[in-house]
Amino acid sequence: MSKPVVATASLAGCFGCHMSVLDIDDRILQLIDLVEFNKSPVDDIKTFTKTCDIGIIEGGCCNSENVENLKEFRKHCKILISLGECAIMGGLPAMRNGIPVKECMEEAYYNCPTIDKNDPKIMPNDDELPMILDRVYPLHEIVKIDYYLPGCPPRADLIWEALVALITGKELSLPYEVLKFD
Amino acid sequence: MADITLTIDGKTCKAKPGQSIVDAAKENGIYIPVLCNYEGLKPAGTCRICTVRVGGRFMAACTTPVGEGMIVESGTPDIEDMRKAIVEMLFVEGNHMCPCCEKSGNCELQALGYRYQMLVPRFPYLWPASQVDASTPKIFLDKNRCVQCLRCVRGAVTPDGKHVFGLLNRGDRTAIAIDHALASKMTDEMAQKAMDSCPVGAILRKEVGYVVPIGMRKFDSKPIGSDIGQ
Repeated sequence: MSKPVVATASLAGCFGCHMSVLDIDDRILQLIDLVEFNKSPVDDIKTFTKTCDIGIIEGGCCNSENVENLKEFRKHCKILISLGECAIMGGLPAMRNGIPVKECMEEAYYNCPTIDKNDPKIMPNDDELPMILDRVYPLHEIVKIDYYLPGCPPRADLIWEALVALITGKELSLPYEVLKFD
Repeated sequence: MADITLTIDGKTCKAKPGQSIVDAAKENGIYIPVLCNYEGLKPAGTCRICTVRVGGRFMAACTTPVGEGMIVESGTPDIEDMRKAIVEMLFVEGNHMCPCCEKSGNCELQALGYRYQMLVPRFPYLWPASQVDASTPKIFLDKNRCVQCLRCVRGAVTPDGKHVFGLLNRGDRTAIAIDHALASKMTDEMAQKAMDSCPVGAILRKEVGYVVPIGMRKFDSKPIGSDIGQ
């Protein structure tokens, strides 16, 4: 039987969850034996080359590119996992939820303390830039998500146990110490 | 007065007349989760986490006194799921950013989330527009995190009987407010007491924070209620 194929991405996240994946230490060698990576920052494959068994996504959706990426993952992955607080509830980027986008953008580009008052006020508007969403969305508000692994970042043991359980079909045990929201 | 005998989840328990079901359960080594209930304060029954079933009816175990021969159901799967739903509701009703909250690790709402293994709330997030009131010298009042348990309203009272905190509005617009004149006279001790009485991170002391390192906080390794039993 061929190895399960895994894809990962960081949307509106800080890559901390990916760091936590690396935090499984030497078990990473076992992981390489267990799975094959496809589109992921881990191996720098930029586009899907095949259907994946497991998609792991860190970060919520704060712009149109995030949404496109997420939909792409849903299309190519049989199982999709929300990894970390940002994917599950928006996380720190979602602190702007409730504040009008205009106000946020003006604070960042016109009024923040590091802007020289004499400079022309420029709002980034290049066509290449993705459109910012009205608020930050958790992944499950945009596509169907199959599993959730909370934490900021999720503990390496949680990620490891969840992956092994998923691949081997064993039941996932959730010891108290590994399930945390911070 | 003679002791009262009741059963909680099939266990025969002794209780004193007038005692609440929560307190009776605690004395008999049974943990019924609470959030708005706080030692030394008159029970308010605002959060309903302690919901139990007595005679087929749901009631708040913190405000219901024990009765002779009472048969209380507490730890049944349906009641536990209802409690989990309440925890999830509280999470979506506010803006609970655990990763950047100073109370994380010591927060009772979060601890209940851990106890019920909340992976994601079953309800949609509401993102209410809430404010932080940092205008008083000793404390921050972050309404994003308030669960309206009224522990501060009941507990933070000046020696002459005035309430430092109160409620504004009604229904889903209900919000905690602070009496600025009284709060400006708060001592460090009163501020600490107010912070301790808050189950979440809505009331925080100024100029101190993150005193206890991660790993040594109240609920880092011990689930809420593990000191009571079950």
